[in-house]
Amino acid sequence: MREPLLQVRDLKVAFRTHGGAEFQAVCGINLDVERGQMHAVVGESGSGKSVTMLAIMGLLSPSARVSGSVRLEGEELIGKPERAMRRIRGARIGYIFQDPMSALNPLLTIGDQIAEAIRLHDRKITKRSAQERAVELLRLVAIPMAEQRALQYPHEFSGGMRQRVVIAMAMANEPSLLIADEPSTALDVTIQAQIMELLERLRAEKGVGIVLVTHDLGLVAGAASAVTIMYAGRVVEQGSVDEVFAWPRHPYTRGLLGSLPHPGRPKPRLDAIPGAPPPITMRPSGCAFHPRCTFAVERCLTEVPPLRSVGPSLSACHRAEELPPLATAMEAANAGR
Amino acid sequence: MSEVAGRRHQISLPQWATLPVVVGGFIVLAWIIIGLTVPLWAPYDPTMLAGRRFVPPGAEHWLGTDALGRDVFTRTLYGVRHSLPIAAAVIASAVVIGCTLGAIAGFVGGIVDEAIMRLVDVTLSFPAILLAMAVTAALGPGLANAAIAMIIVWWPIYARLMRAQVLAVREREHVEAAIASGATPSRVLFKHILPLCWSPIIVNATMDFGQVILLAASLSFIGLGAVPPTPEWGQMISDGALHFYRWWIAAGPGIAILTIVLGFNFLGDGLRDYLDPRSP
Amino acid sequence: MLGYIARRLIAMPFLLLGVITVAFLLTHFTTADPLTSIIGERQMNNPAVVAAARERWGLDRSLPEQYVVYLKNLLSGDFGTSFRTRQPVAQDLLVRLPATLELVIAAMIIGTLFGIALGVIAARFQNRAPDNLARLVALFGSSIPVFWLGLVVLFIFSVQLGWLPGPGRIDSRMPAPPFVTGFYTIDTLLDGNWAAFRSVLAQMILPACVLGWTVTGIVSRMVRASMLDVLSQEYILAARAKGAGELRILLHHALRNAMLPTLTILGFSFAYLITGAILTETIFTWPGIGSYAVAAARGLDHPAIIGVTIVGGMAFLISNLVTDITYALVDPRVKIGGRAAQ
Repeated sequence: MREPLLQVRDLKVAFRTHGGAEFQAVCGINLDVERGQMHAVVGESGSGKSVTMLAIMGLLSPSARVSGSVRLEGEELIGKPERAMRRIRGARIGYIFQDPMSALNPLLTIGDQIAEAIRLHDRKITKRSAQERAVELLRLVAIPMAEQRALQYPHEFSGGMRQRVVIAMAMANEPSLLIADEPSTALDVTIQAQIMELLERLRAEKGVGIVLVTHDLGLVAGAASAVTIMYAGRVVEQGSVDEVFAWPRHPYTRGLLGSLPHPGRPKPRLDAIPGAPPPITMRPSGCAFHPRCTFAVERCLTEVPPLRSVGPSLSACHRAEELPPLATAMEAANAGR
Repeated sequence: MSEVAGRRHQISLPQWATLPVVVGGFIVLAWIIIGLTVPLWAPYDPTMLAGRRFVPPGAEHWLGTDALGRDVFTRTLYGVRHSLPIAAAVIASAVVIGCTLGAIAGFVGGIVDEAIMRLVDVTLSFPAILLAMAVTAALGPGLANAAIAMIIVWWPIYARLMRAQVLAVREREHVEAAIASGATPSRVLFKHILPLCWSPIIVNATMDFGQVILLAASLSFIGLGAVPPTPEWGQMISDGALHFYRWWIAAGPGIAILTIVLGFNFLGDGLRDYLDPRSP
Repeated sequence: MLGYIARRLIAMPFLLLGVITVAFLLTHFTTADPLTSIIGERQMNNPAVVAAARERWGLDRSLPEQYVVYLKNLLSGDFGTSFRTRQPVAQDLLVRLPATLELVIAAMIIGTLFGIALGVIAARFQNRAPDNLARLVALFGSSIPVFWLGLVVLFIFSVQLGWLPGPGRIDSRMPAPPFVTGFYTIDTLLDGNWAAFRSVLAQMILPACVLGWTVTGIVSRMVRASMLDVLSQEYILAARAKGAGELRILLHHALRNAMLPTLTILGFSFAYLITGAILTETIFTWPGIGSYAVAAARGLDHPAIIGVTIVGGMAFLISNLVTDITYALVDPRVKIGGRAAQ
């Protein structure tokens, strides 16, 4: 079997504070992304999903300690010297930021910013060719009047168009992997759909592998084929979207899907899980989810559950086997969108 | 964030005692002590002849002697006895006058505010040293007149500062509450507004000490402040400029000014970090 | 915003009037007889001069009328006659203006460039050694008496090391270039005198550096602050994600955005420089308005002092106005620039 496009093994990220203490933001996660596959990474804030992505790109601050393995098309990225990483960033991995307004330099034209992405990785290309290619990319992401638009500034674009520009920038050098960090969160619902559609088109036409970081399970259901659920720096469930949505093997996933098993309440609820995810500095002992888990037992307070095979998926729950399938969850998620 | 189980410092320092504050405070304190005690232990008399003229620095005269044969080191140390009190007087007066007018302007508003602010604007339209020069020239040379000139130059800054503070604090809820509960205007002003206005004033005043010393030295350098034989630093540097090749004559007072102003700047900088960490 | 600018512009003539009024009061409320401050002690015994002065300045009339006469004279460019030079003060000032402007501009360029460099370095290495060093340099800058610094610098570089020439605008053995603009740099070039041009540049280095030093500190603090602000923006991270290197990030992306707020400081530094020029010119025997002011103050040459004060006040007003206007102009841009999250 060919090696996956992106293979993350046991990735750990620790941050040092001024006081000298160290906090584990990410506690050993595994992730596989195949070529042409959209793999969703889901979690609330504090789950470490953004930190993971930045760690893959090598964009964390020097005070962060990263360990483990990240292989892109077989090539190890952890420990790579900065100069080599720069050649990879923007060329073989494209990054799409959450808020397109802040991701674009307000004082440079759109054309310039896209052309910059091209010229950073092609020293020989002329300014004019780079500009032309920038216009082509704008057409690729379906921006009308691309030639005129390339000369405009970010504030002259609408939110949805700005995000398309960011996607164009990320695609500029035909990367094999795209990391989309909450690409539609800052946009309204109709635009969200358009952006997701664009990403799907790119995936199908260009064969680019996409990591979709999101907190919105509805998006996942419609677009991704594989999903990784993260909580408090760990993977709590991982598998194909079909499997996980039909039969979530972790209480957190079930909570996200809007229903929790509870004696005396067989009907699914659409509430959010009560409570809030723990901040990095104050993670509970044992299973980090136990304070919010209606399914928790004494073991959950002391033992960190390992990620293990449960059916076709992976789950980090001591009681994973006891959770029944959830035929209605998928319908509920789709119906709510 | 505060529940962090980090390493604790061995020594427990009060929060305001950061490095700048300590260093600055130390320097300023040292100069104050020098100023108070130097007559007791100075090697020579600052205004009398102590040796031959133009003696370069050596064992007998650590900073040499000047054009009249006076010991430069002694005169340098004595200089603080003129600079510090003048600076203190100038700042105290400027703060009192400026803050009073600024508080009135901010609190009363209306035409009083306009009038005071126009006066402030006009005074601040001049470069400080030019205005000070002009006023001193009009009044006649001498340290006292220079001090008056400096007070005239300096009060508007505090007026503006105080007014801005009063305006900001006036909007706060506890002030509205006090007014609603029937407090008289002066009570509102003195008990509720003013106590919250002081921190930028203090920071400013501390840093201004250094600037006033510089201005006073500049005026004396030009010949408008201290008159010879007073051992005032600006005066001495002016002397030193005349006898340029005898570098030690100007070196002493120059370094003295540098250290004391640095001290005040450190102190003010450190205080500002403590009282208002948001400013650059 | 346009309203703000309009209001500031309208306020200007009133402020100018205020400046002139202050000058008037200073002239007429000196400890001595105002007549003394107009013609000088020595001429008091000369009845012809006394009569002429009384006539010209309306000294026998009431105070308000004197004020009007004063204003009228000012408007026609009559600032009085200097005791020392016996020339009209206005003429003295005009002749010396280019020298001061040349020095101030050179100092502005040098001081600002160093300030920007220092600020960028401080921001890049925030809280580490280079940042603290930059902070120290800035602190030193505002602690050193500029006239003393000039002396020290002259002594070290000119006398001891002999690297740079002594005071003056041009080598004392060379004649001044033929007058075209009054700017020696331009005039020597126009004259084709290469040796003179080199001399002028060499003479300008020390005073411009000393004067420029007075603004390096504040410029560097400002640049540091706005650079730090910019560097925390997401488009910087986005540029890194594109594969841009550190230098490109700093200069092409960050500095460009950081310069906008820094522009506001330029007007402010101009004001600073005017203040510093007064003493710097004295040390370096630079024949500009500053040294004229000092000589006037030393000699109690009242008309000259007042004349310089008015001119200085005007220059100050203008540069403060420019600062405020640039600030107003820069602000909406900053809002667009991504700091929209209020």
